[in-house]
Amino acid sequence: MKISAFHLMPHRELPPDFEQRYESVWVTPPWWELADAGRVGQYYNWTLDELLYAARAGFDGVCTNEHHQNAYGFMPSPNLMGSVLAKLTNGSDVAIVQMGATLPTSNPPIRVAEEYAMLDCISGGRLVAGLPLGSPMDVNLCYGITPLEHRERYREAFALTMKAWQAREIFAWNGRYHQLANVNLWPRPIQQPHPPVWVPGSGSISTFDFAVEHDVCYCFLSYSGARSARSMMDGYWRVVAERGKEANPYRAGFLQLVAVAENDAQAEAKYARHVEYFYHKCLHVPGAWFAPPGNQDYRSLAATLANPVRRAENPKTLRYRDFVEKGYVIAGSPATVRQRLEEEVIKGLRVGNLMVLLQIGSMPHELALENIDLFAREVLPHLRGTWDDEGWVNHWWPERLRGARSSGPAITSVAAGGA
Amino acid sequence: MTTATSRVPGAEAGARTQTIAVWQEQIRIRVLSKGSGPALVFFHGPWGLAWDPFLDELARDFTVHAPEHPGTTPDAPDDAYKLDGLWDLVLCYEELLDALGLERAALVGHSFGGMVACELAAAYPRRARALALIDPIGLWRETAPIVNWMMLNPADLPSHIFVEPTGEAARRLLGAPDDQDTAARVRLMWAMGATGKFIWPLPEKGLKKRIHRVKAPTLLVWGREDRLVPPTYADEFAGQIAGARVRAVEHAGHAPHLERPEPVARMVREFLTGATS
Repeated sequence: MKISAFHLMPHRELPPDFEQRYESVWVTPPWWELADAGRVGQYYNWTLDELLYAARAGFDGVCTNEHHQNAYGFMPSPNLMGSVLAKLTNGSDVAIVQMGATLPTSNPPIRVAEEYAMLDCISGGRLVAGLPLGSPMDVNLCYGITPLEHRERYREAFALTMKAWQAREIFAWNGRYHQLANVNLWPRPIQQPHPPVWVPGSGSISTFDFAVEHDVCYCFLSYSGARSARSMMDGYWRVVAERGKEANPYRAGFLQLVAVAENDAQAEAKYARHVEYFYHKCLHVPGAWFAPPGNQDYRSLAATLANPVRRAENPKTLRYRDFVEKGYVIAGSPATVRQRLEEEVIKGLRVGNLMVLLQIGSMPHELALENIDLFAREVLPHLRGTWDDEGWVNHWWPERLRGARSSGPAITSVAAGGA
Repeated sequence: MTTATSRVPGAEAGARTQTIAVWQEQIRIRVLSKGSGPALVFFHGPWGLAWDPFLDELARDFTVHAPEHPGTTPDAPDDAYKLDGLWDLVLCYEELLDALGLERAALVGHSFGGMVACELAAAYPRRARALALIDPIGLWRETAPIVNWMMLNPADLPSHIFVEPTGEAARRLLGAPDDQDTAARVRLMWAMGATGKFIWPLPEKGLKKRIHRVKAPTLLVWGREDRLVPPTYADEFAGQIAGARVRAVEHAGHAPHLERPEPVARMVREFLTGATS
């Protein structure tokens, strides 16, 4: 089992009436009314400190991702964050999990291949290369990519990336969307033939097919928890079986929100408002923006409109206890969290590469460190060995880090928040 | 080129249908045709083609051909992926004119279709006998941004396109408002996606450099209460096409030919009759 700490880098201090006053947390929130660059600098530093704290506390990996023009999570360049993390975790066996730089918005897309190769070199071969399609809000609405071309551009960029990393000879790329006469990547990654590749998705059938066809780790990034993900992930494992691939749990990743406290009541007292802030404010986006016309192919569009089950529940009507009861968030005592993560997520969805979001919404720095610390001490060690008895190899993890985490120098405790 | 016929909406209005394959048979375009007289090609807007009273009115004096934009013809949704951009689309329609046996024709277009008609008339000035553009897109003014209808909640489309969002015209174009008609919703969303390919993220793809090539007599028709494309664009177009005339339509939004079919058909018919006789 590999367990990584995920971070969104959210705005932590949106006004209480944010979702009444503004159209959306994404694309159109007015910077000048809502943010202050000096304060945002503090958020970035807290984010880095929280991830470094997790790395030192024993997590297997640290994850950052790319989003644009929003207060939900604003790391427009995850690789800037990743390079800081790579440098400061050198000497440890923590993976740098970039979840990651978005291919369709990078022009030319070999920029991602180059930066990932840099990160792999800086980190000594500890990179996990997430290659996300990117959300419609980021790619179509903020970065101007035509929705109908979004997936095609992604597939072309993915193929170019894989070839650019591995080609022994200089080659010309005559693609539909990109033409490059002399592809000759400097640097190349340490990991050969290329770093492990994860492809995040949100349950679309075409992404299952793509992930299995390319033998990458499919990561379901859901905020609705394992129960609602079950039929989705069952669908993924069906595709894996149909294509004759082994049911290696490391072929699957999942993101889960987690909040740990001494007991269930304390978890509610500490975390309830931050969880509600996350679901009520950070996900405040007009529904239509998740699927601008043309973003879904015709087959998926017809399937979605014929069966709009996933849209049935509006998180704005739910409160903390609902989120916990429904599994959107796994919160409570270490025993509660251990049990639910193991049963619902790890075993229930057959997940080998788990990501946990521990800084949630408005959660302040000190409380985030507390959550990370409790998880690392009271939960993580109990889950780590989950799949060991089945003997699977995690082909989707840096080879030199596939063993159990050692107590290297990076484990030495650090002062919380030392920026 | 191959031709096939099938029953479609519009057939009940007496329109003939044929599906014509162009672009080395990769793009299948269904064409509804009706009437007799000089040839008129009508290019529909971003919400798909539905035969309507406006086209019926025109068919009294013209042979109206109404093609469906690539990808919006039923059973051929993936044809939308086979063109790379506007240049390919214009070439496709030039091939379609050949397939219809039309050396020259009056070109009429609404919204996105107005942009297509104008681009075609700029690329092939001699093939456009006359041009009638109804609330077209294709130009951009910083002081008058065009609303991106693809970012709107579909439930908000009627009030953005029509002065009377619950009227018959809105229902005919957009389907039932209650979301129950899944097939209509799929058709609508896909029509926006397939046409959006040529105009995302802003509907200005260089027409301003080409519009001077339009030589056809041109009429601009604009709904006075257009909430998507401000009526100020009528002057923008007219200022760049020599001799262009502008007619405003009262009590109409972005689709005046659907909300006020008779007066708009009369304007267009009179203009085209004068221009094509």
